[in-house]
Amino acid sequence: MKTKIEDSVTQQAQKDVEDKRSLIFGLAFGILFGFLLHKGGVTKYDVIVGQLLLTDFTVLKVMLSAVVTGMIGVYMMESQGWIQLSIKSGSVGKNVIGALIFGVGFALLGYCPGTIAGAIGNGYLDAITGGLAGILLGTWIFALMYPRLKEGILKKGEFGDITLPRLLKVNNWVVVVPAVLLILLLLLWIEAIGF
Amino acid sequence: METIASILTDTQWSPYAAGIGIGILSWLSFLISGKPLATSTTFARAGGMIEDFFTEGEAEQKPYYKKIRLHINWQWMLVLGVVVGSFLSAIFSGDFQSGVWVPSLWASAFGNNALVRVVAAFIGGIILGYGARFADGCTSGHGISGTLQLAVSSWVSVIFFFIGGIITAHIIYQVIA
Repeated sequence: MKTKIEDSVTQQAQKDVEDKRSLIFGLAFGILFGFLLHKGGVTKYDVIVGQLLLTDFTVLKVMLSAVVTGMIGVYMMESQGWIQLSIKSGSVGKNVIGALIFGVGFALLGYCPGTIAGAIGNGYLDAITGGLAGILLGTWIFALMYPRLKEGILKKGEFGDITLPRLLKVNNWVVVVPAVLLILLLLLWIEAIGF
Repeated sequence: METIASILTDTQWSPYAAGIGIGILSWLSFLISGKPLATSTTFARAGGMIEDFFTEGEAEQKPYYKKIRLHINWQWMLVLGVVVGSFLSAIFSGDFQSGVWVPSLWASAFGNNALVRVVAAFIGGIILGYGARFADGCTSGHGISGTLQLAVSSWVSVIFFFIGGIITAHIIYQVIA
């Protein structure tokens, strides 16, 4: 008969194997993600800022085709019970004020957290020096201010971890299908007007 | 003619091909790891780890670092992988940049001074890092993974990321420059 201690040792060993497996998959998905970001052209300052100046629509094309593809597959897997959605809880303070602050930094830096990792791999020195150091410092300042922010502005206008179908009280596909069609139409229109 | 090799050696694919690839990757990430693709918490974690190193473990006591927990996890490895994947793609396609401090669009408006660009990137980075944690997500976590799940928080965020970004970029290039 196994003792409790032996049990907990095996459990710990299993957990360690799972953790290791999780880290390896994280690395593998990251390598593919970085590869695709570079092939999409979005590890470059000129492409990202070109999008914000509305002269180059590469960023929007990459994002929207990822969203359409992802949405169809993720909602199909969710309806089969294979996966669970992972929805972030929101508030006006976080997702309007915080997002506007993010946008200002996005334009000045010319990279975002995912694409700066890609830009570093691509060799851009402004990304690996000032850009990376700035992001680390910015998150640290946030951590310093977090105790005050969390009971204040981050809670302003809370609406929770809802999805559009739940907000509208309809079946998921009643939103997924029109959302996919609207995004495809938007992409066709962007192509049609010459971007 | 397109060959298997040219998939690796092309500097840039159609943005739709790259986007569809990222979409499929998001399926695998949900299915195998049970997680959406996201990156920005890792920068906060890395910042906390650096503080932890210099303060010998004091940073862990900060409420925010208690919440996100300071250890190397799945997303940490994902971000590291992005650096590696982009590097490999750049090397295969002969697009690895060496010695580039100033992107050409920036140079066209503000000149070739590396220090000016690095300082701007530093200030931009501070605002971006602060904003990413304030908004609880970035262009990948909210912009791709959240929107594809039809999360209200993510659609609101991505709209305001771009409103803030488009206005600021126009101020930088049309007013300041």
